Amino acid sequence: MDKYLEMIRIRFLMMLAYRTNYYTGILIYSINIGAYYFLWNAIYGGKSEIEGLSALQMTTYVAVAWMARAFYFNNIDREMAMEIKEGKVAVELIRPYNYLGMKTMQGLGEGIFRLFFFSVPGMLIVALIFPLEFSADFTTWVLFAVSIVLSFFINTQLNLLTGITTFFLYNNTGLIRAKRVLIDLFSGLLLPISFFPGWSQEIMKYLPFQGISYIPSMIFTNGFTGSQAMEGLLLQAAWVLILIIPVQVLWVIAKKQLIIQGG
Amino acid sequence: MFYVRMFFQYVAQYMKTRLEYRADLVVELFSDLLFQAVNLIFILVVFDHTEFLNGWSRDEIIFIYGFFLVPFALFSSFFNIWDFNERYIVKGEMDRILTRPIHSLFQVILERMELESLFGAVTGLAVMFYAGSRLNLEFNWYDPLLFVVLVLGGVLVYAGIFVMIACISFWADARTSIMPMMYNIGNYGRYPVDIYNKAIRFVLTWILPFAFVGVYPAAYFLGREEWYGYSYMTPVIGIVFFTLSVFIWNEGVKRYRGAGN
Repeated sequence: MDKYLEMIRIRFLMMLAYRTNYYTGILIYSINIGAYYFLWNAIYGGKSEIEGLSALQMTTYVAVAWMARAFYFNNIDREMAMEIKEGKVAVELIRPYNYLGMKTMQGLGEGIFRLFFFSVPGMLIVALIFPLEFSADFTTWVLFAVSIVLSFFINTQLNLLTGITTFFLYNNTGLIRAKRVLIDLFSGLLLPISFFPGWSQEIMKYLPFQGISYIPSMIFTNGFTGSQAMEGLLLQAAWVLILIIPVQVLWVIAKKQLIIQGG
Repeated sequence: MFYVRMFFQYVAQYMKTRLEYRADLVVELFSDLLFQAVNLIFILVVFDHTEFLNGWSRDEIIFIYGFFLVPFALFSSFFNIWDFNERYIVKGEMDRILTRPIHSLFQVILERMELESLFGAVTGLAVMFYAGSRLNLEFNWYDPLLFVVLVLGGVLVYAGIFVMIACISFWADARTSIMPMMYNIGNYGRYPVDIYNKAIRFVLTWILPFAFVGVYPAAYFLGREEWYGYSYMTPVIGIVFFTLSVFIWNEGVKRYRGAGN
């Protein structure tokens, strides 16, 4: 266990060394939030609420969805693709740790760093510019905290899955890009899932994506309360467990047919 | 004439290298298409919940997005200079560029061409035709001509802004993240500018004139007469910004001292 914690720490320190990159990151996210802020206000027009969300809740939703993304988002799929292509994965495999577990921990270290140096200050800055509504309820914050941890694991498992496909496809940059675009849409980052037409909501119920952004953001904006929030968390937890299966299966198959190209 | 010949030679060379890896090309086109589809889905879903966006209807917004895709596709095919600083200044590649017998900016553009982005223009046209036919837009015989002029204006606006930002590297060689930031600001131009507040509208019109890539020129074809003035100004703004950027580029090249080795 110690070595995994150490890995989180090292990643955190590594990110800390390059922290200036993050100041502009906050600005970029703020610009995106700004665009959606104006867009949503125009969409609301005179309406007091759409699908149970007020305009103020919607702004908060957009802001928290983007800032939470900074926490759960990572590029470990691309890192894995690089390591596999360059053959470095061979060295990784003989090291005394679980490769996938180590990748997850690196992602977590990165996430924790961004939580403190990106999400929290970013949220404060955005709150100064745009009207946002923060819940005063302590339980909401606890539920939200649990929820974004779970969304980190769902997103990371999906990244591991895409990363592992490099073993089979050799070049999967296109797949990685496509996955990212699809997750932005289906996770509820761009639009709350409740806005989608009924039939597509039915389909999305059976997909893991809404556990990435929709559920934590709805909890944060008090769109989900009480039993609804608990259900959301259970759904997320269920997906974290379910996704272990395809990740492990693919990993076993991948290791069997591994060909190291140089290295 | 020499420049034109040069251009086509580079295009031919580019096609050869790209067609060597067809699978990559297909995947890339597909992920581009997916990205454009997601933006379109966003508009479609939003208009399930509202009739108008500040007086603009669903099909009008779709039309504006379709229009935006055309100059943007041209821009991304030929002005792929977002990593100019790293690729040319930090690595000293600019030295090589300066020894070439054509204008340095033109040489950089030739080298960094990404013709597959042109496919976005096809998507854009398809989207415009879809929205246009639903809106029953009337066209004059000279409209296709004007379309070309307005699209070129939009391309020059984008090119002008990004060349100017690339020029920052001539003065300050530190790595900046202004480029990705600009791409995000550029997205503001996809929607009608009257949904933003006055300050942002001013910036999008006069300082970073991204509105001239999407809503202003598109308003002409939508018959929105209150915006015609801005529509006609599109090529002017494009030429002004692009000329300015070339001027700054030339000044920057004079200051370039190389990265040493």
